[in-house]
This record gives sequence, C-alpha cells and structure tokens, in this order.
Amino acid sequence: MTGFDTPQVDWALVAPVLIVLGAAVVGVLLEAFVPAAARRVAQLGVSVTASVAALGAIGWSWHRLNGIDGTALYAMVTPDSLTGFAAPLGALVVDGMTLVSQAIVVVVALLSVLVMADRTASREDAFTPMVSAVPGSQYEQLATSRRMQQTEVYPLVLFATGGMMVFSATADLLTMFVALEVLSLPLYLLSGMARRRRLQSQEASLKYFLLGSFASALFIFGAALIYGSTGSLSFTEIAAATVSPNGLEKLLLVGVLLLMVGLFFKVGAVPFHLWTPDVYQGAPTPITGFMAAGTKVAAFVALVRVVYVMLPGMGWDLAVLVWTVAIATMVVGSVAVLVQNDIKRLLAYSSVAHAGFVLTAVAAGWGTGDKTDGPWAVLVYLLAYALATVGAFTIVALVRERSADGGTTGEATALSQWAGLGRTNPVIAGCFTVFLLSFAGIPLTAGFVGKFAVFAAAVQAGAWPLALVGVLASAVAAFAYFKVIVLMYFPGRDAKVEDAEINTGAGGATVTMARPKAATVVATQGWAAVTIGVCALLSVLLGILPGGVLTAINNILL
Amino acid sequence: MNLMNYLVLSTILFSVGATTVLVRRNAIIAFMGVEMMLNATNLALVTFARINGNLHGQVLAFFVMVVAAAEVVVGLAIIVAIYRTRRSASIDDVNLLKDVRDPA
Repeated sequence: MTGFDTPQVDWALVAPVLIVLGAAVVGVLLEAFVPAAARRVAQLGVSVTASVAALGAIGWSWHRLNGIDGTALYAMVTPDSLTGFAAPLGALVVDGMTLVSQAIVVVVALLSVLVMADRTASREDAFTPMVSAVPGSQYEQLATSRRMQQTEVYPLVLFATGGMMVFSATADLLTMFVALEVLSLPLYLLSGMARRRRLQSQEASLKYFLLGSFASALFIFGAALIYGSTGSLSFTEIAAATVSPNGLEKLLLVGVLLLMVGLFFKVGAVPFHLWTPDVYQGAPTPITGFMAAGTKVAAFVALVRVVYVMLPGMGWDLAVLVWTVAIATMVVGSVAVLVQNDIKRLLAYSSVAHAGFVLTAVAAGWGTGDKTDGPWAVLVYLLAYALATVGAFTIVALVRERSADGGTTGEATALSQWAGLGRTNPVIAGCFTVFLLSFAGIPLTAGFVGKFAVFAAAVQAGAWPLALVGVLASAVAAFAYFKVIVLMYFPGRDAKVEDAEINTGAGGATVTMARPKAATVVATQGWAAVTIGVCALLSVLLGILPGGVLTAINNILL
Repeated sequence: MNLMNYLVLSTILFSVGATTVLVRRNAIIAFMGVEMMLNATNLALVTFARINGNLHGQVLAFFVMVVAAAEVVVGLAIIVAIYRTRRSASIDDVNLLKDVRDPA
C-alpha cells in the first residue's frame, strides 16, 4: 500500500446530489433554530430552491455530456488508479441514464413538495401535527388545536430524494447499498405521519420498515457473496471477473439472486410486492405519490445498471428469472387492479403492474449481447409513469369526505364515493381521467408512448412472448381504469353496488356502516393545482408530441 | 484455522436471523433478526476481504455497521410509536391494512 492518493472530485458532476443533501441538512438545522411559526415557510423555501438549483446543475451536466458525446463521466477518480485502491470506492458515475433519472426524481420531488405544502381550504396539511403523540390522546388534540406542524417532513423528503439520486448513479455495490438505505429510511418514517387514519399509517410504517430492512439485509448479503466470488465491489471489475470462470460461479449466482431480491422488493415486483398496497394505502397521500414515483425510477435505473453494467455476461443464466418475474408481475398486478374497491389500493396494484411492464424492457436485451433500446425504453416509461402517478395521488389527496358541518374531513378513498365526481367536479375528474388513460396506455397520452417504447424494445430483442403478455395484461388493467372513469361520469350504473355494500358491510355481522357519502373536492391553496396541471399537461404533451423528449433522452444515452 | 469455517458460521447466523424475522411474532425480536442478518454479512465481508487480499470488504463492513445503527434508530422509533398506541408490539396485531373482499 503506497499511502493514500487524494481522489480528484469533479464537483460539478456531484453538484445535484450535494445541493439536495446539503439542503436537507440545512432543513434539519432550521428545525433547531427557526421559531415554530416561521418554520414551514423556511423549509418550503429551502426545499423548492434546492430542487430548482439541482435541476439547473443537472442541466449543466447534461450540456457537458452532450458536448463531449462520450459515454460516462466519473465524479471521483484517483490520479493514479494503479497504485491506489480508491478507484473502485465511492464511485459515482454520471452518464445519460443518471442525468435523465435524476431529473425525473427531482421533478417528482418538487411537484410532491408542492402537494405536501398545500394546506387546502381546510387549513390542514396531510401530516399529523405531532407524530410522537398517541393517536386519539389529549396530547394529540392539544397539538391539533394549537395548529402545530411536523415540518421535519421537508428535510426527510430531501434526504430520500438525495438517496434516490445517488441510487441511480451508482458504479459499485457499496454506494448502491448506502444509497438504498438513505432513500429508504426517510420513507419508512414518512409513511407513518398521516394526519388521519393514524393507526393505519403507523401500521404501514411498521410493515414497510420490517419488510424493507429484511430485503436490504438480503441485498447486502448478496453483495457480500458477489464480492467473495469476484474480489471486487465495482461494477466494471465484477463484469470483467465474471467473464472468466474461477470455480466460484455458484457463490456468484446465489449472491446475484439475493441482490436481485432486494431490488425486486424496491421496485415492487411479484412475489415481493405484498408491501405495496398496504404501504401505499396507509402512508399520507402526498408521500405515497412521491415514493411510488421516485423510488420506482431510482430502483429501476439501479436494476438496469446491475443487469447491463455489472452482469452483462450472466444473461444466459438469469434472464429466465427476470422473464418469470416480469410475467408474474404483469399478470398479478393487472388482475389485482380489477378487484380493488379502494382508490389508493387500486393505484398501488396498478404500480405493481407497471413494474412488470418496465421489467419487460429490462429483461429483453439481457443475455443477447446486442445493444438494445432497453434502458432508453425504461426511462421513457418511467417518465410517463412518474407524471401520471404524482398527478393521480395529488387528486386522491384532494377528494375528501364531507363532515357534518359542511366542511371536509379525511380522504374519500372508497371507490363508491367517487361515483358522480365527473358531474360535481368536472376539472378534477377530467385530470384524473387523463392520468388513468395514461396508466392504461391509450394513444395521445404519455403512457402510450412509454408502453410502445417498452414493448418495441422487447420485440426488437426477440422477447415477443413478454410483449404479448404485456399487451394482454395492459388490456386487462385498462378495463379497471375505464371502470373508474365510467363510475365518475355515469354513477347510475354502479348505484346498486353501493347499496349492496351497505347491506353486507363488515361481513354482515355488525352493520353500523352509514351509507358512504359521495365525495367532494376540497379547494387547494393553488400549489396542488400546479402539480395536477403540470402533470396533466405533460402527460398529454408527451403523448401528442413525443419526438423532442424521446430524441433528447436517446441522444444523452448514446 | 480454515477461513471456510467463518463463512459457514456467517451463513448459519444469516439463516438464523432470516428465520427469526419470518417466524417470530414480536416486532422487536423480528427486528433483532434483521440486525443478526446484517452482522452475519459483516462476518462474511471481512472473511472475504481476507481471502481476496484487499480491503474493500472491510470498508463495506464499516458502512454496514453505520447503516445498521441508523436502521435501529428509525426502527425502534416506529416500533415504540406502535407500542404506545396499541400496547402491543405483536406483528399479528397490525392487520388493519388488507384487501377487502368485494361485497356482492
């Protein structure tokens, strides 16, 4: 060992991550030093400024990468990689995939922060005033009556965003593991902070935490086995080591399987999807939108890196695994969407189905050795999915139950309560229809462009069975989305179902359920409206004029 | 002493930890199982570092320790919050969130 070589850091490349994580640290300090009354404004300012600045920094890197027309830039290099061992450590790779996914994640975070900040006409945000207070206790009532706020939400969201940004830029297993935890731990906490239905929220938090930490333990043990068989943590060195047999292939295979289980858990692929509906339902709705979109983008980009950068040679052994998981995910997700009667669970199972569609593109080019459109299709799909998801969950956050005094209370998540929303609130219902159509992949929406890219990539790589199952599964899921649209605009048809629900409610034993009242839409303070508007507009624009965005993503990936 | 023994021990510890998570019903015990899995991983990592003759495994082991500590903070906070609400830390008791069968 010849002493320690100081790595040269290209600060401009790490700037987006540094800005977001730095702002999160500033947010924690604000909690300590700013008086309670001013905290919300201060936190909001820091979060929004950091997101916009990070977008600017990403734009600058994008410009540089476009200019050199190169492959990838490493944020950290050792001056002499022969003598130091620092080269594979702390490797953060900035390539086209990094920049596109970071841009999507930051936009998702920005749009979600706007929704989190929106207190609506009810003057209450989605988060409990005091997380530590026992639900229903006097202490909680006191906190509510004093209009206290849990403003730690904003730094936590920034930490999670930073983790997602690093997760999609990893070049070794160490960085990947740390990023996985940095993005997960804040989300575990955020899931438990809902203002209403706090028991469910805490339960979602516990389930997410136990299953998530179990999955990341499997992930890191897999990483240890891969390290054992190849002697390195760096993706490129592992790829080089897997080419020549060294008698430890079984160790490598088990390690890769465990690693993939950890990643499949994060993207919510069958059979590791069971946490998804529970956590999506229990978590505060703005958080659900944020994590549904952001985590999926980051985790899929990480999966693409594992498949295409770390293990390009193992496709022959493992492509069948990803094929199986992709088909199971599409089928289970799409069928489960059909039978849901809670809007948040419906969207959760829909996200499971979407994970399956993205997996077709991931699986398609693996093992064939050809250069495929897989990564490009994954990014296009994720962009469309993220826009529709954030928008849809924002609307779910605004559709409320009526209280006795004419105001609004909690969210009306029962699907039967959404009946007739198209008549009473045409704008909100119209936007929700756009998002559902985008989920379904109807032409002239972003979802269609995404689905087309994914299935085209699969067919191009010769994986037509995957594309076939994908098209059939999207048709099944589309039926579920149309059911919701019909329910919103033509409520009469489902009135019978609503009555039946009352008669047989709670298993027919103790029927004390009141007739579910039709939902109403609470007026926003404007910020949530911005999010909905941006998401709907982009979903339609990307569907009508996809050319520019697709070419831009394609150019930066080359 | 044969380095293989450490790997076998690490695998046994990992399996015991994983079984604990899947079988035990107390959230704290299940969480201890996760910690055991992480520590078994650490043992495997330092052993592999010795076998491979480089330091990457040892460095990663340090990061795993830090992450495990952070996970304890978050995990115990969540479990304590649940316990204060329900006076129970049993995983079987958290059953509010589930698929409701379609009434028809």
